[in-house]
Amino acid sequence: MPAPALAETQVPQAAAPAAIDLREEFETSGVKDVLAELDRDLIGLAPVKRRIRETAALLLVERARRRMGLAHETPTLHMSFTGNPGTGKTTVALRMADLLHRLGYIRKGHLVSVTRDDLVGQYIGHTAPKTKEILKKAMGGVLFIDEAYYLYRPENERDYGQEAIEILLQVMENQRDDLVVVLAGYAQRMDRFFESNPGFRSRVAHHIDFPDYSDDELLRIAEQMLEKQNYLFDTKATAAMADYIARRRAQPHFANARSIRNALDRTRLRQANRLFESARGPLDAKALSTISAEDITASRVFALSSGEGEGK
Amino acid sequence: MRITQGAFSFLPDLTDDQIRAQVQYCIDNKWAVSLEFTDDPHPRNTYWDMWGHPMFDNPDAAALIMELNACRKLYGDRYIRVVAFDSSQGWESVKLSFIVNRPAEEPGYRLDRQETAGRMIRYTTRPYAADRPAGARYG
Repeated sequence: MPAPALAETQVPQAAAPAAIDLREEFETSGVKDVLAELDRDLIGLAPVKRRIRETAALLLVERARRRMGLAHETPTLHMSFTGNPGTGKTTVALRMADLLHRLGYIRKGHLVSVTRDDLVGQYIGHTAPKTKEILKKAMGGVLFIDEAYYLYRPENERDYGQEAIEILLQVMENQRDDLVVVLAGYAQRMDRFFESNPGFRSRVAHHIDFPDYSDDELLRIAEQMLEKQNYLFDTKATAAMADYIARRRAQPHFANARSIRNALDRTRLRQANRLFESARGPLDAKALSTISAEDITASRVFALSSGEGEGK
Repeated sequence: MRITQGAFSFLPDLTDDQIRAQVQYCIDNKWAVSLEFTDDPHPRNTYWDMWGHPMFDNPDAAALIMELNACRKLYGDRYIRVVAFDSSQGWESVKLSFIVNRPAEEPGYRLDRQETAGRMIRYTTRPYAADRPAGARYG
């Protein structure tokens, strides 16, 4: 049977409350849980966490004002996340979607992650339906556009990216209640992108910059990743990993936490091979889950003399 | 004469908010919603034109409202309906269908009587609007 929703819109609104306890709002809305999770699960990123905390406070106050009838407009929530690869932009975007959902600014709280290829078509007339399809999918949630600057290609004036940009801008302006757009990418190129697309700059309210991780933070991230998969470093391996991180950073294509994850994947491969070749007799759980120094030092990062690393 | 087809047809026209709430209900039940339009209001005309594809993977009703507004812009002088399909049985079957847009003027139907052998009479309903060619029937 059809929904009993007909009457819903006709119910008169409850009278505005006289006072709102922000502390209580903070706890009951679930914002506290999201922020606590963020603190616990994400290592480092102190400035990002601070910005999110500030944004959450703003939204909480805005919501209270709205309930009292002091504010009517939906605040602009579109954001830009800038930072090097592997600094946690997508992860934070997921948390942000959760946060906005709990505060009631978006209805569904899902994240749709896209790049230029998902928005821009191959031939004339292909772009608009493609972009609209993605926008429709993202409605009620967050649209995360990774490497957003690829949408704009100044060197080709007939590039279809411009069409996608126009549709995006229109929806970002007119349907602010329906979806939140997060643009992400390297800081420098994003700056240039905003310079050449003033429409985007004025519609994006929150700019959050993601700093690179320090060596120490990366080591903790590595340990956390391993722990999730029920592995652990022995003491020598921890030292080797710290050494690895320092060397890897000096090489090209360093992608922060992503590089670490890839390195750990290869390390597990080497550990498995070591166990397979050297094991005499049955292995216990500890042996199966311990990464030792030789699994790490076998990496080609150590083979190259540090500083003149080439290739991939 | 006001056409009454599908659900809610004896109620006043739904507002956009009410349409949105109904569509959200459909989506939450995992039914695929789509839009169809026509300018042939005959009740036995089951073949309405589709507006785009059925929307299988949009979690929020705002997507349909956006398409509805686009459809109204082009075919605001025709009938537009929302159709919700349920595929949980293994085939697509209509679970809910209701009109969301209608022409400003609805001229209604003429009843034709055809006298045949033995004083028998055959009846035919013919929409006045269908006298004009498709695409030029309203407005």
